[in-house]
Amino acid sequence: MKLAELQARVATAIMTPLNASDGIARRTGGGKNMRAEVGALIAPNDRLTALERLEIYSRSYWFRILDSLWDDFPGLAAVLGSRAFHRMAQAYLSECPSLSFTMRNLGSRLPGWLAEHPEFTGAAHDLALDMARLEWAHIETYDGPERKALGPEDLLEPGPDLRVALQPHLALLALRYPVDDFRIDANHAKAAEEHSTASNTIGGPKRRSLTSRFRRTRPQAIYVAVHRHEFSVYYRRLQREEYLVLEALRAGKSIGEALDMLLSDDGGAIPPEALGSEVERWFAAWSQMGWLCLP
Amino acid sequence: MPANRFNGFTDYGIGIGLRIPHYSHIFERQPVVDWFEIISENFMVDGGRALATLDRILERYRVVQHGVSMYFGSAEPLNREHLTRLKRLVKRTKTPWLTDHLCWGSVDGRYTHDLLPMPYTFEAAEVTARKIREARDFLEVPIAVENVSSYAEFHVSEMTEWEFLNEVVERADCGILLDVNNIYVSSRNHNFNPYDYLEAVPEERVAQIHIAGHSKFERYILDTHDHPVIGPVWKLYQHAIRRVGATATLLEWDDRIPSFDEVQAEARKAEEYLPAASPAPAASGVK
Repeated sequence: MKLAELQARVATAIMTPLNASDGIARRTGGGKNMRAEVGALIAPNDRLTALERLEIYSRSYWFRILDSLWDDFPGLAAVLGSRAFHRMAQAYLSECPSLSFTMRNLGSRLPGWLAEHPEFTGAAHDLALDMARLEWAHIETYDGPERKALGPEDLLEPGPDLRVALQPHLALLALRYPVDDFRIDANHAKAAEEHSTASNTIGGPKRRSLTSRFRRTRPQAIYVAVHRHEFSVYYRRLQREEYLVLEALRAGKSIGEALDMLLSDDGGAIPPEALGSEVERWFAAWSQMGWLCLP
Repeated sequence: MPANRFNGFTDYGIGIGLRIPHYSHIFERQPVVDWFEIISENFMVDGGRALATLDRILERYRVVQHGVSMYFGSAEPLNREHLTRLKRLVKRTKTPWLTDHLCWGSVDGRYTHDLLPMPYTFEAAEVTARKIREARDFLEVPIAVENVSSYAEFHVSEMTEWEFLNEVVERADCGILLDVNNIYVSSRNHNFNPYDYLEAVPEERVAQIHIAGHSKFERYILDTHDHPVIGPVWKLYQHAIRRVGATATLLEWDDRIPSFDEVQAEARKAEEYLPAASPAPAASGVK
């Protein structure tokens, strides 16, 4: 048997989702009888059957990637609840196995996949989707590239034709739920659980209460910048207009074009006479936080 | 061999794996450490805290890169993005040599993130050796491959694990990161004599040695890196040192990580077996 064929068959067996008892499944992802398939590839020894030997790798694979996704998406786990998250994660990872040398990218396709699979989120679909988007943005922001920032001194007299870029690690999100606050709560709860010696006794009820609180929350449109300061990730709420200008700058529009877009925006809540001072305030804050850089 | 072409002709002593729980201790106390081994993939990012931390470490300590996902043994070609990022990191750390595992773990671009055992065939040896050569030519740094712990063996194997290791390193003309704990774990899981393995290792190719703890279950042993090194593994280490000479040695402790002092004390037990070692200068490792 050629190396490529052997590895493809072994990988298929290992990556087939575990059964309900966290044991190896009876059939491979390709529909073959698992025992026969594994027996044809792997030799038993005097203590373990071929299937038991392969099971060590299969369990290790699933525990590793499920744990990693759980670590990266604690907010989504809190929104869905433990069991629903586990079901969702297993389905996602079956359809979207890792395509990267690093597990850091394991959740890169989760927001897109979740949007196409409302059966895993039920009534909390929009909330779950918002949380997944925020949490993936968090990962991208944490270790994304950084360029030399323009300081306030570089923007003393920004003319309308000036074009500035945004830091690559800055993420802008328009969301339907206040998931920024939820994520912070979920993260605190997870940290407390991890540090608690009695996590088995108090973790479950705490998580459930968080899930139920999140799910009771009414929709509330928010605009959030996920940004990095001194290597820590922060969420900053933005006014809608502020968000729109930042989006326009990111799209390569000049400052003048971005502001024209704002003036013609029907849904604007800022009176035209106040716009100038607001824009000045925004730019001062953005440059102070190092969000702006040269294109 | 203390210094050879597979470890950049260096003479490093006893190293410790750089792990997050120890960062504050290292920065506050600045302990004397011969060298730190880093997991390359943890630092193959574009920015943020990981790289800033690494730069602080590099200001004071020598660093050697150890990878976990090059998958030289996978039938598919090397991942170019991986190599490009790795080369960027090699330039940053100036690692004198670079290690990864003699294993496979990806198929058609899908990653298992595990160190899967090789089928010990001549075809696999040729594929693996070719990829090691390609990586070394691209990265421009000596490469040493590590023998892995394993829990399964393939029907198609045509030779023993140590014969396969020899086939690969000879064809690739690369070094060996000899993990004596992995030899012990696999010897128990596959019923072979670990000393037969050690005796077969071409000593002139050993660039570095790994020691670690493991977990014993009823019917097999798992390489968990969450315990101190056990006596039989120290004995294997002693045997290895007698054969290959004082060699850069690293203690791996990756789970249930104790205090830095505890890890360092465990690592320094290796000194007992390094009579002929020529340790790095008094402030060993500190630049």
